Amino acid sequence: MSHQTTEASPPAAQPDLAVEFLDRRTPVDRARQALHKYPALSPGIVIILAIIVFGLLNPRFFYANNLSLVSQQVAVVGTLAIAQTLVILTAGIDLSVGAIMVLASMVMAQLASHNGVPAPIALLLGLVVALAAGALNGILVTRLKLPPFIVTLGTLSIFIALTLLYSNSASVTGQDIPGLITGTGNTFKIGGVNFTYGVVMMLLLYIVMAFILNSTAWGRHVYTVGDDKEAARLSGIRVNRVLMSVYVAAGAIIAVGSWIQIGRADAASPNAGTDINLDTITAVVIGGTSLFGGRGNIWGSLLGALIVGVFRNGLALAGLDVLYQTLAVGVLIIVAVSVDQWIRKVRK
Amino acid sequence: MTTANILGPESPAQTRQPVLQARNLVKTYGRVVGLDGVSLELYPGEVLAIIGDNGAGKSTLVKCLTGAEVPDQGEILLDGQTVRFRRPQDAHEAGIETVYQSLAVSPALDVASNLYLGRERRKAGILGSVFRMMDKKGMRKEAEEGLRNLGISTLQDVTVPVENLSGGQRQAVAVARAAAFGSKVVVLDEPTAALGVRESNQVLQLVRTLRERGIPVILISHNMPHVFEVADRIHIQRLGKCAGTITPQSHTMTEAVAIMTGARKVDEKGA
Ligand SMILES: Nc1ncnc2c1ncn2[C@@H]1O[C@H](COP(=O)(O)OP(=O)(O)OP(=O)(O)O)[C@@H](O)[C@H]1O
Ligand SMILES: [Mg+2]
Repeated sequence: MSHQTTEASPPAAQPDLAVEFLDRRTPVDRARQALHKYPALSPGIVIILAIIVFGLLNPRFFYANNLSLVSQQVAVVGTLAIAQTLVILTAGIDLSVGAIMVLASMVMAQLASHNGVPAPIALLLGLVVALAAGALNGILVTRLKLPPFIVTLGTLSIFIALTLLYSNSASVTGQDIPGLITGTGNTFKIGGVNFTYGVVMMLLLYIVMAFILNSTAWGRHVYTVGDDKEAARLSGIRVNRVLMSVYVAAGAIIAVGSWIQIGRADAASPNAGTDINLDTITAVVIGGTSLFGGRGNIWGSLLGALIVGVFRNGLALAGLDVLYQTLAVGVLIIVAVSVDQWIRKVRK
Repeated sequence: MTTANILGPESPAQTRQPVLQARNLVKTYGRVVGLDGVSLELYPGEVLAIIGDNGAGKSTLVKCLTGAEVPDQGEILLDGQTVRFRRPQDAHEAGIETVYQSLAVSPALDVASNLYLGRERRKAGILGSVFRMMDKKGMRKEAEEGLRNLGISTLQDVTVPVENLSGGQRQAVAVARAAAFGSKVVVLDEPTAALGVRESNQVLQLVRTLRERGIPVILISHNMPHVFEVADRIHIQRLGKCAGTITPQSHTMTEAVAIMTGARKVDEKGA
């Protein structure tokens, strides 16, 4: 991102005038300033601590098949979190991410299994549906000027209903779906750990999106629109165009998530993604992206998704009930948002 | 400009073609009338000040002139041609740059990024054309040079996020951006409001430099000494209307303030 133009150099290597500008700082201020500048720092620390603690609690945490399981659990949420990050960076929120994912996955699976559509075309049509869903969100946000929260709360219900109508509330099992579509769940080995192609696709999406957000004008405009919409407009940025493109891009990313989800579940189920949406928001927020927009880092969202996955997995391995996992995730969200609020006090 | 030289400095401005002209602009916000039929001409190479009380419609006027607002009625002409600015970008493309009262800077971005905001430069070659990579280094370097050339010394480091700057420094960023990109007209809405004495003088000097370069300037200010020091003509805005246009030679500061507050009319001069 542009306000981190110094990121190419190591954080502490050169004296930073921005930092020196605020003199008489305590170590606490210093920490806050660092977190402000590098939003992915705090989730990075949390994930390292979590891995150490859970590894000590139960050595099975580090077993190859467990690490493989964690990575697979993270793949879908991690992918959808990219879309969520884009929307949240513009000071919006997308409650319909999970619903779009399920809708597109049903389109992909059902076209290929029941309607005999060739797998690549079925994937493409699933993508088209997700793009259209994103575009609908974008149009409602930019043309009707409704808050994204309300828009996506409405489209969430609409997409769920459409999914159930279209699929007759029936799942499609893996055997009926062509191998290309379920292939995202296939694995390959690195150092004894099985990774799925879905995990690789997620990582590739992160790399591409990190490049776009950091190095292109569009990426900079996404941040600016979330930072100060009016300033963006007066600076000659087409705010509505940026917002529209964000929601459409989110649709495209979600379509990839649908594909990964089918591979991971080896099925397409219309009831698959009910709580996945909250998990994406959790991942983004824990990852240090501000719900107020304009500040954050895409890699933080990957760390956030990993933290959620590691907490769930580690607590389960430690023999705790599922309810404690949910409790822990809830606590994580509140801590993350408090940290964000505290960091934002750096601003004058 | 050539016409101006042929006619000589003595000739009344009115015989020249205005660079920017507004005719009977009307702008309402619900029931509030921001502008009530305001006309304005900006001639080549002049500094036109706009003064008026709070809420007199100064900012609304320049917003309409620069595409930030679309007037309900009225006409805007650029070099005698009717133009319709639907967004700030349209005005930018016509060479009109503005420092808005709200400054329109992005707090989280650094100084260099703000200077190039909305017109980021891309790298040469396929990195720029295909991969759309911004030329961050180039922009940073040129931002530094640009600030030095403009004599803006208050911004030392262009990699500092604007949110870490003082109010005056932020204003300097906005002024620098307008001065650097304005090729036809530069509009400054209270550019010295948050500035110290030295920095204010730098901005006034900048206004003169722009005039020397042949770029006309519209300057809004509440600071009468500044206005009378640098303006060629003064447009007085009162209650959404133009109460008259004077020059620093034709009227004194006290008279200008009297017109501004409605205590007297322009034509009462010499009566
Ligand atoms: N966005 C808006 N919505 C509603 N009313 C507005 C808006 N912008 C301006 N106005 C109204 O239009 C009138 C003119 O405002 P404007 O900002 O042009 O005044 P100004 O001369 O620039 O004042 P100041 O010296 O305080 O900057 C005021 O009555 C103001 O309340
Ligand atoms: Mg104003």
